[in-house]
Amino acid sequence: MTTDISPAAPSPAPPPSVEAEDGKQQSLLQEILSGSWLVSLLAVVVALLLGGVLIAVSNAEVVAAAENFFAAPGEFFSTLFQTVGNAYSALFRGAVFDWEARTTERAIRPLTESMVSGTPLILTGLGIALAFRCGLFNIGGQGQVILGATIAGFLGYAISLPPIVHMLIAVIGGIVGGAIWAGIAGVLKARTGANEVIVTIMLNSIAGYALGYLLKQNWFTHTNSANPQSRVIDDSSQMFLLLPPPFRLHFGFIIAILATIFVWWLLERSTIGFEFKAVGANPHAARTAGISVSKVTVTVMIVAGALAGLGGAAQVLGTEFKLTGGISGSIGFDAITVALLGRSKPLGTLLAGLLFGAFKAGGYLMQSQTGTPIDIVLVVQSVIVLLIAAPPLVRSIFRLPTPVLKRKED
Amino acid sequence: MSAVCNQKREDVKKLASAVSMIAASALVLSACGSGGDSSSDYLACMVSDSGGWDDQSFNQSGKEGLENAVKNLGIEEKDAESQGDADFKPNVDNMVQAGCNLTFGVGFLLEDTIQEAAEANPDLNFALIDSTFSDADGKPVTLDNAKAVVFNTAEAAYLAGYVAAATSESGKVGTFGGIQIPSVTIFMDGFADGVDKFNEDNKEDVKLLGWNKEKQDGSFSGDFENQGQGQELTKQLISQGADVIMPVAGPVGLGAAAAAKDAGDVNLVWVDSDGYESTEYGDIILTSVVKQISQAVEDTIKEGTEDNFSNEPYVGTLENEGVGLAPYHDFEDEVPEDVKKKVEELKKQIVDGSLTVESESTPK
Repeated sequence: MTTDISPAAPSPAPPPSVEAEDGKQQSLLQEILSGSWLVSLLAVVVALLLGGVLIAVSNAEVVAAAENFFAAPGEFFSTLFQTVGNAYSALFRGAVFDWEARTTERAIRPLTESMVSGTPLILTGLGIALAFRCGLFNIGGQGQVILGATIAGFLGYAISLPPIVHMLIAVIGGIVGGAIWAGIAGVLKARTGANEVIVTIMLNSIAGYALGYLLKQNWFTHTNSANPQSRVIDDSSQMFLLLPPPFRLHFGFIIAILATIFVWWLLERSTIGFEFKAVGANPHAARTAGISVSKVTVTVMIVAGALAGLGGAAQVLGTEFKLTGGISGSIGFDAITVALLGRSKPLGTLLAGLLFGAFKAGGYLMQSQTGTPIDIVLVVQSVIVLLIAAPPLVRSIFRLPTPVLKRKED
Repeated sequence: MSAVCNQKREDVKKLASAVSMIAASALVLSACGSGGDSSSDYLACMVSDSGGWDDQSFNQSGKEGLENAVKNLGIEEKDAESQGDADFKPNVDNMVQAGCNLTFGVGFLLEDTIQEAAEANPDLNFALIDSTFSDADGKPVTLDNAKAVVFNTAEAAYLAGYVAAATSESGKVGTFGGIQIPSVTIFMDGFADGVDKFNEDNKEDVKLLGWNKEKQDGSFSGDFENQGQGQELTKQLISQGADVIMPVAGPVGLGAAAAAKDAGDVNLVWVDSDGYESTEYGDIILTSVVKQISQAVEDTIKEGTEDNFSNEPYVGTLENEGVGLAPYHDFEDEVPEDVKKKVEELKKQIVDGSLTVESESTPK
């Protein structure tokens, strides 16, 4: 079942077929039109349109204009387009470029904010995408992020080391934390066959409550504050900024890009990555071919957890600078969407992470400037997932041809 | 493609007719909103914590205060809901960029963010609801342009504890909190002392379950969302014999109310707002420990519009009516007259300072 969900089982070379002989040009067109990239893109477009409808319905002015629709249809449409336009232009200004900002710095800051919000999503999304490729449904991103953030944050204020070294040690701590947490699920799956979906969900809860407990212990938080939060991490352990303030873009973004390249290399160029994909495509065949499925399962979970732990570390060392019960936000779950939208491919995950980071950064401005409920952003994201999970729906909406390969399989 | 567009337009039309009913009420609402039209260009803003504006607790009360200020003082407002801790900084930053004269942060989680923003923007004012400002070691700090809005709810909870102990038939009362933070445990401390006071005065031995003031340890549901957890905890307290229970956990208290209603002879002490009015469980709510967040927000905004903003913390007490005990409503006849008199007397003593309710969590 899991292999069905994983949309990126390595695609075999297109078998020679009658259609393929029609000429390269046509098959190229076919591929673009039926390709998953176009579906992803159109899913985003449809979701934005649906979001526009919701923005309109939740806006009192549009609703009032709708009441007089038959008397003044023109006014209704102008109010409608103005409201939706304002909301989406605020979304854009908050996510990419703010042409209404007072200073140049502020005008270009939104794009970097999208990168900041996208960083933990990319890292965690890569971890989830990697597991998808191996046929494992890693729902434990949340727990792995929490563990990674907890250990990275603790090392960030509990020990003192010179700058850079301190940050790197804390980052490694985060990697180890996430790796251990996902490794538990991997070992249980490999040894006992325990369903990794259930185990990782449970581990999410355990991680959340464990952090909640730790934040009440003074030895852990290093502060006398009665509130459940830790001390602020040392300057030496903060991920350094790539641009001067007010920019918040930090070294974590570089790590995210490096991690994307690493995952690409792992999957496309390394032997172990080949084993990952082989197990993902068909575990029985992989076993017959001499690949140790249980070893691959454990390894892939450890690497996936390490990536998610890195996401947690980037969050606490790059933007938050202290541990709170809500340090992980909804990163672990958003990352699943990011991995799905990115088709479980490294570059795709990077771009999807940036898109979701942009939604997040833009959502702040859209909410505060136009009063549009922040939930709209959530709806848009959810609709994207829904449509991506059902490519035939998108194809039928846009009257796209069914993909050549799929038709053959049918 | 055009078929798709037409379909869309059809949908919009259908929606339009479906929502026309809502439109009517929205019109009325917006008319109210613009009622206090004035020349004031004062901009007050508010950022919630992850509970959101409909948490039936402090976020909601804070937003109410902001809306009342819009209505009564004719100011402009902006608000932003945070969905996670990572949202605080961008949300507050947007308020600063929008030039908000006064920005409220709701809840202790926003403390650092508001503090940073206040230090970076000395020309703008800030306020923090339900928490004071402190440095990394937890020592209190004062900022010139930021005000803490806190409540000494222990005083009112003390009275509630007294009434609860006096009306308990089983000789056991209970309480539990959402998360162990000062703004929650302060209720429980006051409640515990009120129960003790009753025992001392009447040579009784009413026990409090769910909170040990000396050890600062007790029952917590773990968040301010999971009503099922509240129901479970309340069932446990009831099975241990408690017949008056005070849940200090925002909407989780609704779970407690459901469990109390099922049990039949168990009553509740509600917190934050008057539960008789704000919930559907009025018939089992003995009284409520009320915290006037919305009034405090409106007053703070008023200070701002009159150019009187001060960094002096606002501390809601029985004396300034920032906290208080709600009427007994349905229990008016069941609470004995001498208990009512005694509660009035205690209230007077607290107000005139001859009796101090102490709690580790008292805002300093």
